[in-house]
Amino acid sequence: MTTLGYLPFSLLLSLLVFYSSSAIAGSKVIGTGGATTIEGSAGGGIVPWAVVNGYASSGQWSVTGFSNQVGVDDFRLNTLGAGFSYGNQIEVSLTKQTFALDTLGGDLRQTIVGVKYHVAGELLYTEMPQISLGAQWKKHQNFDLPKAVGARDDQGVDWYVAASKVWLDAVAGRNLLLNATVRATKANQTGLLGFGSATDNSYQLMTELSAAVLLTPHWAVGAEFRQKPNQLAFADEEHWRDVFGAWFINKNVSLVGGYVDLGAIAGLPKQQGYYLALEATW
Amino acid sequence: MVNFSKPTAFFFALLTGCANPSRTTDSLYQQLGATAGLEQLVDGVLVEIERDQQIVHHFKDTDIVRFRRLLIEQLCQLSGGPCQYTGATMQESHTGFAITPADFDNLVNHFIKVMSAQQIPVTTQNALLAKLAPMYSDVINR
Ligand code: HEM
Repeated sequence: MTTLGYLPFSLLLSLLVFYSSSAIAGSKVIGTGGATTIEGSAGGGIVPWAVVNGYASSGQWSVTGFSNQVGVDDFRLNTLGAGFSYGNQIEVSLTKQTFALDTLGGDLRQTIVGVKYHVAGELLYTEMPQISLGAQWKKHQNFDLPKAVGARDDQGVDWYVAASKVWLDAVAGRNLLLNATVRATKANQTGLLGFGSATDNSYQLMTELSAAVLLTPHWAVGAEFRQKPNQLAFADEEHWRDVFGAWFINKNVSLVGGYVDLGAIAGLPKQQGYYLALEATW
Repeated sequence: MVNFSKPTAFFFALLTGCANPSRTTDSLYQQLGATAGLEQLVDGVLVEIERDQQIVHHFKDTDIVRFRRLLIEQLCQLSGGPCQYTGATMQESHTGFAITPADFDNLVNHFIKVMSAQQIPVTTQNALLAKLAPMYSDVINR
């Protein structure tokens, strides 16, 4: 009993101790844990990469907390989540999304459990890109609206394979990261509008791309593209794009700011605006 | 490793219209401060290794004077300087130490830290790291 009561406290304390000294972060090179996407997986902003969250290298573990905010013309997305990784090999994450329908009224909420496994290659070191397999299990929390507009299910699993590689000294002496991800999904608007449709319950294969230039070990700028399915008859879903700047302040804290173009959402066209992500890692 | 970087750099130079002369490997040695610069770099890295509890144990039986000389030689040759590396291959010299990926990351971090402290520009740092990174597979888990 006493040990159970002691556990959260000691965890919190050790986190704070770790936090106060960035020298005790994991061994991975700064920036190589990436940032955290809106779905909680390590990557860019909207595309999961093959990188594993945090700075844990072989034999080490790492904990990450993150919050993202997206504000476009008629909607706002807030995420809050935590991730854990071991050995630069496996990553698990839990993310809560709240999608505020500023113009339509109300909100949509879903919970995402992510798992990623690094199967081959080393981002910085090997000729072969780093390759990871991932899954995101998504469960909608208030399904009435998605159901009313034709979604079939309130939950679904996205499967993906991602390949990421950093080319050192590639663009005018700077390092270049390229990532390609292929995702199998049934999700409408990433799941915020449910999964599948009345007429179709099959997986769709989507391509997602990212490129970033590491200006210094602490600063990166990049762009992303995320292909989207278009399953619901009531309104078109369009591909997503963003451009971003990332600041890896140290191995414990990073900030990302960007501009996103989410296309039409639920019949409201041209959803554009800001992207912000804050991440803390131990 | 470099297959992609050359055309990319070329493309970027075209885009920006910047007349960046292609850097030869010879000038990397100069950019690192020639032999004096490399000696300073290696000495800095040796200090970091000595302070690093995670990796210092690998060197407990190492002849540090010899290791220093060989590392300088090797970096000199790699960067296009007028040296001949006389040591063993990376695979031979690291076999039996069971060096982990985390150990390798630590050494890379030490190189970056020391180069930054010695005011070596990021682009020069990247050019040297690009020479070291491919040794990963010869060094770890052997
Ligand atoms: C790209 C990275 C590396 C380079 C360029 C490099 C270079 C060298 C060189 C030139 C030697 C001397 C070879 C000889 O004695 O003939 C050496 C030996 C050694 N290296 Fe590395 N090394 C690298 C990575 C590492 C790492 C990550 C570790 C462990 C943390 C390590 C541990 C050692 C040890 C313990 C020796 C001494 C072996 C002995 O005493 O015989 N090296 N390395």
